Amino acid sequence: MALLEVKDLRTSFQTEDGVVGAVDGVSFSIEKGQTLGIVGESGSGKSVTCLTIMGLNPRRTTISSGEALWKGKNLLTAKPGELREIRGDDISMIFQDPMTSLNPVHNIGKQLIEAVQLHRDVSVKVARARALELLKAVGIPHAERRIDDYPHQFSGGMRQRVMIAMALINDPDLLIADEPTTALDVTTQAQILNLMKRLQEDFGSAILIITHDLGVVAETADDVLVMYAARVVEQTSVDQLFGRPQHPYTWGLMGSLPRLETDVERLTQIPGQPPSLLRPPAGCRFHPRCPHVMEICKTTVPELVPTQKDPEHLQACHLDEETKDREAAKLLEATMAAEVAS
Amino acid sequence: METAIQRNVVKGDELLVVEDVKKYFPITRGIIFQKQVGSVMAVDGVNFTIKQGETLGIVGESGCGKSTLARCIVRLLDTTDGKITFEGRDITKLSRAAMRPIRREMTMIFQDPYASLNPRKRVGFIIGEPLEVHKLGTPAEVKSRVQELLEVVGLNPEHYNRFPHEFSGGQRQRIGVARALAVNPKLIVCDEPVSALDVSVQAQILNLLKDLQDDFGLTYIFIAHDLNVVRHISDRVLVMYLGKVVEIATRDMLYREPKHPYTGALLSAVPIANPELGRKREPIVLEGDVPSPVNPPSACHFHPRCPRFVEGHCDVDEPPLYSFGNGHVAACHYPLERWPMGADEIRRAGAPVQAPPPREEVPAG
Repeated sequence: MALLEVKDLRTSFQTEDGVVGAVDGVSFSIEKGQTLGIVGESGSGKSVTCLTIMGLNPRRTTISSGEALWKGKNLLTAKPGELREIRGDDISMIFQDPMTSLNPVHNIGKQLIEAVQLHRDVSVKVARARALELLKAVGIPHAERRIDDYPHQFSGGMRQRVMIAMALINDPDLLIADEPTTALDVTTQAQILNLMKRLQEDFGSAILIITHDLGVVAETADDVLVMYAARVVEQTSVDQLFGRPQHPYTWGLMGSLPRLETDVERLTQIPGQPPSLLRPPAGCRFHPRCPHVMEICKTTVPELVPTQKDPEHLQACHLDEETKDREAAKLLEATMAAEVAS
Repeated sequence: METAIQRNVVKGDELLVVEDVKKYFPITRGIIFQKQVGSVMAVDGVNFTIKQGETLGIVGESGCGKSTLARCIVRLLDTTDGKITFEGRDITKLSRAAMRPIRREMTMIFQDPYASLNPRKRVGFIIGEPLEVHKLGTPAEVKSRVQELLEVVGLNPEHYNRFPHEFSGGQRQRIGVARALAVNPKLIVCDEPVSALDVSVQAQILNLLKDLQDDFGLTYIFIAHDLNVVRHISDRVLVMYLGKVVEIATRDMLYREPKHPYTGALLSAVPIANPELGRKREPIVLEGDVPSPVNPPSACHFHPRCPRFVEGHCDVDEPPLYSFGNGHVAACHYPLERWPMGADEIRRAGAPVQAPPPREEVPAG
């Protein structure tokens, strides 16, 4: 049985202007020790997907449907008390901005001890020893001394390490990382990604990583979900996604990425802006920006179906597979040529 | 007239010369009687030149002084020491009034398109304000110029009367670009212009900046922490670490044959959007954080984190900017012999650079 199985998840928010469908039919599953990446631009619904699973959306204005089965138990219908048991223990979360997710008026030791004691009936002494152990594991120098420091005394990278230590302190089975390195410099990002990889090997947890950076996904994930305007447009293994991308939006994302290894005079840009989720376009939501748009795209919603060559490779586009393979090959040739040469 | 002479500057000439520029921020203690107890050496002796029509990328981690340097160049901050020459004229000590005509020649694009536009002013006013400040044209002329600018940056001229909040992030950054272009500048300093944008929108803005450069012969100083973006847009790249220049080279040289271990580490830390390639390589992970610029490490500031640190040399003797030909300079006693290098390999420092050449005052491009 999969660790977490999400089936047809839908979330909408009631706002003053109307109902915003933030997530529209997302399904995936994560096994133990696996890393799943969700890629998309801001507003594509990737963070809301995770917040819904964790039950962290505002209750009064949110309507969710579908299932999120955690070891067989549906998290969407679980009581708040039951969710509290699971959050921070079985499933834990790392947020993008470590400064706003740590409490500035308590030292980190206290916050780490609280995280342990919420879920385990242990003394402060034991909890503190555990906190110290984790701080060392995430590579904070002089952990014995720094455990009594406050968040503002740490740098951005160090704070993110504290967040990771707190997330891992109860040996979670699943770690949800929402843009864990976006606020960090490249060198610090490399440190944190390395750390997450190492800890996954040591602790065997599954990781759900949300990011807008295709590079980060390529380096960390096993499987990838590409989201656009609240829907999944492509879902496959990381090698398939980068080796044989099947959706025009994925091509657009890859083409608009400036790369270290390749010279391009002009980036292929995706024209226009992502649509408003208050009034999403009919048919395929990408059609107003799609260079391959056909009549059918404007009226019929493409289903997320497997490709003919690979039943594990799901995509939602009306284009025929031959055209798509040709376009994908063209794109890869343009971006990979210099890589092979160098 | 002076401006007439300035306009004659042909492509290839030096537009901006930065010599040994320093910016120290004082750290004071006490409430009434403030005394200085130290200083933050944000920019500590930077030299470079920019030719007309060229794009110079500046990269470095947060806190390395790249934004401070940009603000010093456009005189939003006064320098502590050093000399900035713009079109052959020393602008370091000019008064505000004397600076004003020069401000027409160099403008700035800021990082955050949400914070850099006045939310209570209409777009037409925001873009037209520089024209009014410099008294360029009648109100009617200003209006037609603004509408022309809106079109140039890919917005609808009918958006003239809208407020900034009616635009998306990418469109707002286009407004920022239009405002920077309004007075027909020669130099635009772009301080992280695309960091706050999504990839697809980022590509739109980068393409726009390139097109404008071709159309108007602009010169850019392009500051970013994203090495992919800098590579895409720059002709030459300057790498900063803790207020100092560690390497300057043409774009191709820097990315193909970096000499400074810090540049190497930065390059190898960038995630590659290609899982196959990514698995094969072995990134050089730097330990620790950037040290404080209040009390930087001795000699080479990078030595506590450097994989090829040689005790008794790197921490005692500050490396000058050694020249590697073609304007490629790097401040390292033990430069990288090849690239790419594995994490183990980089630790074996070779022989130090023999007989250091006399320090070039201004490393030419």
